[in-house]
Amino acid sequence: MSWGGPDTALAQATQGRRLEARRMLFFLGWVILLLSAVRWATGAPDLTSSGTYGAALRLAVPILLAGLGGLYAERTGVVNIGLEGMMILGTWFGAWGGVQFGPWWGVVLGITGGMLGALVHAAATITFGVNQIVSGVAINILAAGVARFLSVIAFTGHGGGATQSPQVTSSLPRLTVPVLAGGKFFGWQSPDVLGWLEQRHWFLISDTSAMFRGFMVDLSILTVITLLLVPGTYLFLWRTRLGLRMRSAGENPWAAESLGVRVYTMKYLGVLISGALAGLAGAFLVLEAAGIYREGQTGGRGFIGLAAMIFGNWRPSGVAAAAGLFGYADALNLRSAEAIHALLLFVGISLTALGIWYLYRRRLLGGVLSIVIGGLVFLWFAVTDAVPRQFIFITPYVATLVVLAVASQRLRMPTYDGIPFRKGEQIS
Amino acid sequence: MNKGFRIRLLWLLVPVSAVVLAFGVSSLVLIAIGENPISAFRSMFQYGSQQNSLVSTVNRAVPLYVAGLAVAIGFKMNLFNIGVEGQYRLAALLSAAAGAAVALPAPLHIAFIMLVAMAVGAGWAGIAGVLKVKRGVHEVVSTIMLNSIATGVTAYLLANYLRKPLVGSELLLATRPIPASGQLPPLAVIGGEDLRSFVLIAVALGVLVYVLIWRTRFGYDLRASGINPDAARASGIDPNRMILTTMLISGAIAGLIGMSDLFGFFHAYTLDFPAGLGFDGIAVALVGLNHPVGIAIAAMVFSWVDRAAQILDLEGVPKEVIIITKGVIILSVVIAYEVVRRLVQAQEVKAAAEETRRLEQTEEAVAA
Repeated sequence: MSWGGPDTALAQATQGRRLEARRMLFFLGWVILLLSAVRWATGAPDLTSSGTYGAALRLAVPILLAGLGGLYAERTGVVNIGLEGMMILGTWFGAWGGVQFGPWWGVVLGITGGMLGALVHAAATITFGVNQIVSGVAINILAAGVARFLSVIAFTGHGGGATQSPQVTSSLPRLTVPVLAGGKFFGWQSPDVLGWLEQRHWFLISDTSAMFRGFMVDLSILTVITLLLVPGTYLFLWRTRLGLRMRSAGENPWAAESLGVRVYTMKYLGVLISGALAGLAGAFLVLEAAGIYREGQTGGRGFIGLAAMIFGNWRPSGVAAAAGLFGYADALNLRSAEAIHALLLFVGISLTALGIWYLYRRRLLGGVLSIVIGGLVFLWFAVTDAVPRQFIFITPYVATLVVLAVASQRLRMPTYDGIPFRKGEQIS
Repeated sequence: MNKGFRIRLLWLLVPVSAVVLAFGVSSLVLIAIGENPISAFRSMFQYGSQQNSLVSTVNRAVPLYVAGLAVAIGFKMNLFNIGVEGQYRLAALLSAAAGAAVALPAPLHIAFIMLVAMAVGAGWAGIAGVLKVKRGVHEVVSTIMLNSIATGVTAYLLANYLRKPLVGSELLLATRPIPASGQLPPLAVIGGEDLRSFVLIAVALGVLVYVLIWRTRFGYDLRASGINPDAARASGIDPNRMILTTMLISGAIAGLIGMSDLFGFFHAYTLDFPAGLGFDGIAVALVGLNHPVGIAIAAMVFSWVDRAAQILDLEGVPKEVIIITKGVIILSVVIAYEVVRRLVQAQEVKAAAEETRRLEQTEEAVAA
């Protein structure tokens, strides 16, 4: 098994980026159209309601942060499987800081907690040369244990317990966009234009306005910061000198070293930023989403973030899109069993359409397989009234798996990602 | 001292540093929360050396050992089968249900249940293997997703298809109980505690795994693919076949993790069937350095620490401090292994250089 290597880069070198972006937009348009149609057909409003999109955004934020964190680390050539553990540390320290000092301190301490975990991972992999995945798995195990231990000391007897913290009482500021989404403008309650459009239930127009409204209502300041981090990461890594050095550490560390780039420092920086973002994700989970630390709160989001990074082809915009997709699956999961059932129809139609396209492209096996599975899913939708509770629980994980299975072949990771760097011992 | 002795001494650094660091850091943590580490450790040793504690330790260690073996086979090939958790729970459920549905003479019944468990475990791991081979999905992410999916599938199957009818005021969902021919009586009763018989099968499994990996052609191919995949491919080993086979074997062994508890205590799959053994197994495999003997030692140490720490609650010391202990052991073993490996490599290089220089000098002397 190898993560990278120069022959991978040569094999997947050119990938018309502009063509890809235009194709993505086209694809998104068709998805919205189909979702609106399914919503109209099944009468499940939650499929495209602003509440769902708002929840999708809220649930996407930790995944997006984890994905960006993974991106920073892997762009410098260090695989960071320990994101889940760093997120756990972020949740614990975020809750503890929030309870003791207030929500902003919770954010700061959450970030610090994540960075502590990252420091261990960085020291183990960069300085000592431990296998990066082994170290990441060890960090995950450790972080869960440390969180449990710290909870026993800090929370039992103070309103919490071994598996949860006391409630964090105050919260971070939120904002709602005025005029378009009914936010308050210096005390004046503005009209809710998009909300009005959404209530009309007009095909496609209402669905699109619901989508926009969902992204403008009740936004936490952390959400805004996270969304700004996406273009921010692009600008930092692709338009600054430090970003170039970091990326060079992941693409060809020995060449970079020969040009005077301090590769060890770059890798440390990448992993520490990675931990900081994972810690922020944890702090967000506690301070925004739940108001409390609970054991197991992260629910695998660190790994889903990694999947978002892979699916996003190691680029910030891709990570954001993937995180949005997983957040949507998560939101449906939480909000409406009816919507999940309607989603079956969407999946069935999509798979059948995909199968027809494959057949048009003369890919017989893929085409037949897609049509068969699409037909089965459609049958499942038609025959049942509701999806069993336990299957709703696994929706985001199945979505992740399916997305990875479909997309993994066309992706390119940083060339020397996962390959340990030791000065003077070139592996080529 | 000669080279071989020095190298062996260096390797001893790994467990020694782990134990020293573990005790040291745990003591520091205990002092930091205002407890006396010496009295805590003394109570732990006293409680842990009792006969029933030792038997309980072995009972706990057996499933942990099997889990470690399952994970280690993958690790040896650089395949990270984190999905052991989901594999063993699904296997336990389906094998318990299957075992309750048939009636066979005793040894066959046990074998049947084990085979079903291995098949289910292998199949679930095979999904991740196929995804990796055919679609290039990295097995860490796919197996972790499959863990969560297995939780949902297990809950669904248990609640809807495989449970026994609840009698009276019963609340616990469970499969139908396995008849006596599918149960293993305890090997011995020592200090009032049953020693579960599956320990014999686990030992045999360890021997089998050792033979497979170090004494067969397949094992050689597996180790070669792990150490240098490019060289392995150049020597004719098909990487895809190796990946798939290794995942299947790893999953099959993972399926057996729940068998000790199933045969010796539970006799059915219930909602409170032991969980988390998959992740503990990963820790044990790491500390055991992926060798059946090392994993056995690691499993015994971890189980003993778990058991001995139970006395700490009675002393008012939070028993969760041993989580720190175990964590430090894992980290220090993993780091020390790398450090020692490099030191040993440096020794080897130096020795080879010496040897070469001596040979050249002898040659010159002869030529002159």
